[in-house]
Amino acid sequence: MNISPRLRAPAGFAVAAALLFLAAPLVLSDFRLGLLAKYLCWAIVALGIGLAWGRGGMLTLGQGLFFGLGGYAMAMHLKLADAGDGKLPDFMTLYGSGTELPWWWEPFRSPVFALAMVLVVPMAVAAVIGLAVFRRRVRGAYFAILSQALCAAFAIWLVGQQTSTGGTNGLTDIQGFFGYDLGDPKNQRMVYFIIAAVLLALMIGVRQLYVSRYGELLVAVRDSEERVRFLGYDPALVKLGAYVLAAGMAGIAGALFVPAVGIMSPALIGVVPSIEFLIGAAIGGRASLPGVVLGAVAVAWARSSLSEQFPSGWTYVQGLIFIVAVAFLPGGLASLKKYVVRRPASVETPAQPARKPAAEEVPA
Amino acid sequence: MKRLRTHRVLASVAALAAVVSLPACGAEVGTERSGASAVKPVVSADAVKVGLLNSLSGTMAISEVTVRNSLRLAIDEINADGGVLGRKIVPVSEDGASDWPTFAEKAGKLVRKDRVAATFGCWTSASRKAVKPVFEKYRSPLFYPVQYEGMEQSPYIFYAGATTNQQIIPALDYLKKEGVKSLYLVGSDYVFPRTANKEIRAYAKANGIEIAGEDYAPLGSTEFATITNKVKASGADAVFNTLNGDSNVSFFKEYKSAELNPKELPVVSVSIAEEEVKGIGAQYLKGQLTSWNYYQTTPSAKNKSFVAAYKKRYGADKPTSDPMEAAYTSVYLWKAMVEKAGSFDVEKVRKAADGVTYDAPEGKVTVDGETQHIEKTARIGRIRGDGLIEEVWNSGGPIKPDPFLKSYDWASGLS
Repeated sequence: MNISPRLRAPAGFAVAAALLFLAAPLVLSDFRLGLLAKYLCWAIVALGIGLAWGRGGMLTLGQGLFFGLGGYAMAMHLKLADAGDGKLPDFMTLYGSGTELPWWWEPFRSPVFALAMVLVVPMAVAAVIGLAVFRRRVRGAYFAILSQALCAAFAIWLVGQQTSTGGTNGLTDIQGFFGYDLGDPKNQRMVYFIIAAVLLALMIGVRQLYVSRYGELLVAVRDSEERVRFLGYDPALVKLGAYVLAAGMAGIAGALFVPAVGIMSPALIGVVPSIEFLIGAAIGGRASLPGVVLGAVAVAWARSSLSEQFPSGWTYVQGLIFIVAVAFLPGGLASLKKYVVRRPASVETPAQPARKPAAEEVPA
Repeated sequence: MKRLRTHRVLASVAALAAVVSLPACGAEVGTERSGASAVKPVVSADAVKVGLLNSLSGTMAISEVTVRNSLRLAIDEINADGGVLGRKIVPVSEDGASDWPTFAEKAGKLVRKDRVAATFGCWTSASRKAVKPVFEKYRSPLFYPVQYEGMEQSPYIFYAGATTNQQIIPALDYLKKEGVKSLYLVGSDYVFPRTANKEIRAYAKANGIEIAGEDYAPLGSTEFATITNKVKASGADAVFNTLNGDSNVSFFKEYKSAELNPKELPVVSVSIAEEEVKGIGAQYLKGQLTSWNYYQTTPSAKNKSFVAAYKKRYGADKPTSDPMEAAYTSVYLWKAMVEKAGSFDVEKVRKAADGVTYDAPEGKVTVDGETQHIEKTARIGRIRGDGLIEEVWNSGGPIKPDPFLKSYDWASGLS
């Protein structure tokens, strides 16, 4: 256990890679692996939440909006690919009034365009919202309420446009993924590996961001925006960066969710799912990189297995866990580490003395 | 130093991902699948598992729990009577949590992990659409107990509730017979009302009925002052109501406070059954019309024993309703299909389905093998002050299901 702090992060990534790429596929059945793929999508959203909320102090209660934008971009392309050249997706012939594809669907026939939109749309929307909000110094509860209102509005709009978005049903029955048949268990595994690889790559990227100058600046903005302003930085831009990146990650997660689960619907992007995205990050420890990822996976895993064990009472257990975590571990499960390794840590030569406490003590 | 290591980790992770993913590529679209994805049900010498997939939490729980109750009642009755092909039915419960992706997840669990012989449940069309690919992919049957908007025919779904020509069209026929010339459409904003209203518009056009207005409220909406005022000002003869759940409470309260009454402007509802009447309050609904295939008051010997058994088990104040009866009936229909096939094998059961009959509480029902829907009798009812619904008209016999409305000329442009 005497790993030098410098090696700790690479060692952690190596363990995560071994777990995701070797242990999980060997141990889990195809069905469980499919579920894990879904949890990893939520972990990708949580990664963004960790960046924007844990490090940047922005209570991102509306990540469902970006998850949905990325998810619908992907699902629209896959539905069009399933339908074939020049044909309409099945739901449009059922519920649509005409026989024509709406103009804004047409470019999604191109896989390149759809993949680009997965990133471009959520990040552009986040940039517009972020510029408007952070410039005006909207913070805290107002920012959270605004985020919620936007994702609620998006969900309501989707439901209302049944002929072009599938309404409450959403886009379902997705058969293929860039030419591969999703009904084949081998292809389902491939989708899992893609998701796991994307998650690992993003984790590495986010970690580099955390230890960079920008990462420190972001924490500084979170802890005292005014002081950062007096030092000559523009806090709005610093926050905007994290917010836009978090939106991009939610968009990627939404896009990967589609082949993993085979459905994209307004039920995934409203107010409630947006809060659920946050719960994993909160329980795991929002400022800690492994904390948000493990928290998101653990909460989703617990949700599935609890509801299998106690189909009629599991919601109470989930609520209880959340209350206990918030009441007794406000820093999340990651803050447990503080108690466990307190002694050895004091023996070690402190490698990064200034950063550590800042990451643990997060203002609400 | 640190940067170098992280880069090395990144590179090795990417390499690992590539190595593991490459041989993992399976069949392409349109080619034969390498692994047969059909999952055979596991049946032991004395037990057979079936899945119960209903929302036990969330907004739909209030309705779906009653379906769960009647499914359990039917299963226990069958088990007490010796089971199916000598095997006891073991129900495996899952909570769909009123969330469509959760329904898909749990359907996968029932079919792939528990390997159930059949699954009973789902309520909303959105949940059915979410699980449909799962049941089709793994070739396992779902028995769906609720009336719906039609336009669907999955080889692995048995539709035990009414399709449009067994509920909505008879209601329109009844209104036409009663001399209604102008209709106002009010519905919740989701698939069933929007599709139903499209069909109603086509019917109205062909039958000289004017559509005075069409309004949608978001699911769960409780703000109906505007809609009721528009209804009142429209001069319509009747309202066709496809609102769902809580919204009905607010709608009928507003309707009453706007001094509208069922004599001058009757409301025909297709989503209000006995259970919902209890929730909304019979005082707001007295005299209004509904269209279903079953009421607690439906006179049949089987219904008497069904209602008595239900009340004995779940409480004397608990009403029985159409979806509950359809769910109860669907278990018996599955039993009859399995016995006719002499096997739990899904394909054999599907082949045996055509012509299977059951003397249900709603009267005799027959499975139509071609559409996998059920021949059912349509019944128009009037809500009484005591919360029960009394039949005022019925179709005289079971109606052959026609989910795509192929036999109706006016519906030719719909699908």
